[in-house]
Amino acid sequence: MEVFWQTLVAGVLKGGLYALIGIGMTLIMGVMGIINLAHGQLMMVAMYLTYVCFHYLGLDPYLVLIISMPGLFLLGVVIQKYLLNPLLKVESLLPENQVLMTVGIGMVLTEVMRFIFTSNYLSVKTGYSDATFFIGGVSFSVALCIAFFFAALLTAAMFWFLIKTDLGRSIRAVAQDVEAASLMGVNAERIRTMTLGLGAALVAAAGTLLLPVYYLFPDIGGPFTRKAFVITILGGLGSTVGAIFGGITLGLAEAFGATYIGMDFEDMVGLVIFILVLLFLPGGFKRLTKV
Amino acid sequence: MIKPRLNHLIVLLLLILFPLVVKDAYYRHLMILVLMWVTIGSGWNIIAGYTGQVSFGDACFFGVGAYTAGLFAHKLGLSAWWGLALGGFTALAIAFPFGWICFRLRGAYFALATLALNEVFRHMATIWESLTEGMVGILILQTFVSKVPYYYIALALAVASLLTIELVVHSRLGYYFVSIREDQDAAESIGINTHYYKMVSLSFAAFLTGMAGSLYMNYMGFIDPEVVFSLHDISIMAILVGIVGGVGTIYGPAVGAFVMVAVQEVFRTAGFGALRALTRASGWSFMELVTKYVSESHVFTFGVLVVVVILVMPNGLVGDWPKIKRAFGLGRSRG
Amino acid sequence: MSKNFGGLRAVDNVSFEVQSGEIFGLIGPNGSGKTTIFNLINHYYPVSSGRIFFGGKDITRRKTHQICSLGIGRTFQVVKPLKRMTVLDNVIASAFLRHRSVSLARGAAEEVLDFCGLTSYRTYLARSLPIASRKRLEIARALATQPKLLLLDETAAGLNPSELDEAIGLIKQIRESGITVIIVEHIMKVIMTISDRIHAINHGQTIAEGSPGEVARDKKVIEAYLGEESHA
Repeated sequence: MEVFWQTLVAGVLKGGLYALIGIGMTLIMGVMGIINLAHGQLMMVAMYLTYVCFHYLGLDPYLVLIISMPGLFLLGVVIQKYLLNPLLKVESLLPENQVLMTVGIGMVLTEVMRFIFTSNYLSVKTGYSDATFFIGGVSFSVALCIAFFFAALLTAAMFWFLIKTDLGRSIRAVAQDVEAASLMGVNAERIRTMTLGLGAALVAAAGTLLLPVYYLFPDIGGPFTRKAFVITILGGLGSTVGAIFGGITLGLAEAFGATYIGMDFEDMVGLVIFILVLLFLPGGFKRLTKV
Repeated sequence: MIKPRLNHLIVLLLLILFPLVVKDAYYRHLMILVLMWVTIGSGWNIIAGYTGQVSFGDACFFGVGAYTAGLFAHKLGLSAWWGLALGGFTALAIAFPFGWICFRLRGAYFALATLALNEVFRHMATIWESLTEGMVGILILQTFVSKVPYYYIALALAVASLLTIELVVHSRLGYYFVSIREDQDAAESIGINTHYYKMVSLSFAAFLTGMAGSLYMNYMGFIDPEVVFSLHDISIMAILVGIVGGVGTIYGPAVGAFVMVAVQEVFRTAGFGALRALTRASGWSFMELVTKYVSESHVFTFGVLVVVVILVMPNGLVGDWPKIKRAFGLGRSRG
Repeated sequence: MSKNFGGLRAVDNVSFEVQSGEIFGLIGPNGSGKTTIFNLINHYYPVSSGRIFFGGKDITRRKTHQICSLGIGRTFQVVKPLKRMTVLDNVIASAFLRHRSVSLARGAAEEVLDFCGLTSYRTYLARSLPIASRKRLEIARALATQPKLLLLDETAAGLNPSELDEAIGLIKQIRESGITVIIVEHIMKVIMTISDRIHAINHGQTIAEGSPGEVARDKKVIEAYLGEESHA
């Protein structure tokens, strides 16, 4: 029974981080209608950035949030402005060019990082990386708890931003109906650029928060991109609330899969869920709750 | 039905004569790869370029074909050539559930689903050790020592793929495929059973790619899940071959195959050793570094290639040929 | 032929019968559910309740492509040309429903293009056509499937007066060739001129049915169109 609670806790905590990843991606999907297959790679870049700040500047990862988030925001903006926005005007047989472009970007990012850091596994060990505390026989990882806390904070901030600020509302407008929004004076191109930046910043936060309890190597982007779209599909495209549910669900599924079936299956779990959702619940949670 | 054109026949003749003229095993190997990619690229082109369903999961068919051949030899003790004959059919069998799962989605979600299936297959092949030997892979004895027979089989396969596309494109099937690509709803309302024809299109792709997979098994003698179900080396390579050459054109994949294998090799060998020679000639140690990094960066180049091609040449070398000619000042200017 | 259907909130218990050989008009202000009705007949959406009969057969559950092969063709309000194919190829693709070989399909397609006055456009890419010709292409494509019933969705929208007259002429020719037509319009002039009978709806519900004259004088119809153009 203790194992059950243990797994549950681990799943929820990780799920909080996953939610952060998912929100970024679903925002991008909702606003731009593209699937950012470089999402995990952006996270990877943020993790390397965090690593560098930690080892060379001696900064605690949680402080690095202040650097990694704006940093990746900028990267996202640059990518959208110079590589993705122009695609909207390019005439081609295949509409999936944007998706393909993100694949290319992902590959480039991975290889650049590999070039700089080699393929070695890196990690960041802080004083609290391995620390745990106990509540009723169940151990909680300190690092994950703090990460969860930050993730919740950022999520709440995101919601506030989307609902209360002008920029946030413009983003939602573009997500709903680009033409109508443009007619009302919203610069769709600028909004798209901002959105990719935002999505990148969020996933950067997830990366930075995750690093103390995870390991880092260039190819880590791929699995996280996959997790990101599993979460997004689970939650329903464009639904930020859905992304939260999706994130936690995936976190739980992976935790239970790892505990009760076997470590090998962690990745498979996500994929299987993905396919099941595609088959049986194409709208994701969003469809169920109409949020 | 098929009008043979002079330049095609000349190219075919050159290809047939190639192994008789070129004896170097290395270049023969490259050409075999090119021909294999012509087949895979053509398969992808049918489902993606002509029918508009962009698949990121062709490695599923390749891998299934490869394992069919491999397992015939490994488990049943029969010649792996049985696999060549049947590889296409097992891939075809896989195409049905594959299509069933993925075709209910459109556009980018279809692409995602194919990608997910690709990864599922890869994982399953790795985990299901009793069937596939997992990460250990399958090793078989190759039937021929010389590369020449493999070359001609690859050539036959490539020619067959191109002929297939040529036939399909000008037939009722071809019209139906393109209609689906252009507007699936309009296609339905003029009586096209889009679900059925998408499946047909996928079947072609699966069969061709599966055959290529079996050929690979027979030729290379060794496969494992990472190699044959690889997302980047097979599925995305197939897409690149299609895009660089030209989607929706008959000979696009052929051109693309040639270019992509060439690019891959140029980088892997640092300009076929030219950079190395330059290093030695110039004696600059800096050149040594450059050589080393160039030879390790072929994935990086692929990434850059994707980005550049999509931005500048989305219809590929064949599709954007007029644009390219103009860029080099070779075309007629449009007034 | 008769059709009964109802159900979807957009279409609330609408029921009508169309006689073979007539031009049957379906009018209503924007958003009243006219296109939805077509989408139901075509099985673009399934009906929530009610049934659709065609030539005595219940086609409610058939799929779109089956309905086409049974003899119902349709055009779309927002035209859907197969953009990167030529005009001729667009129609050939359609003609394949009834002709298996490429040459036969081509022959049939050329005939249809001729009937619709599009022959001079045959080698043009569909996307390069002006709007009036695109609408004709929609019709040509539907005609190539040799329908017994043709559903025309807002064929007149966006046309100038001379194009409008040509369109009306074409529709009459279609009827003369033996095809039954249901036409959806919200421009009164067109539908009043050519329909044999009219069925008016508003907010998804039937408000009137009868001859053009009767419907034009119907109080509820006039009310529904207040604020819209009313060329009675």
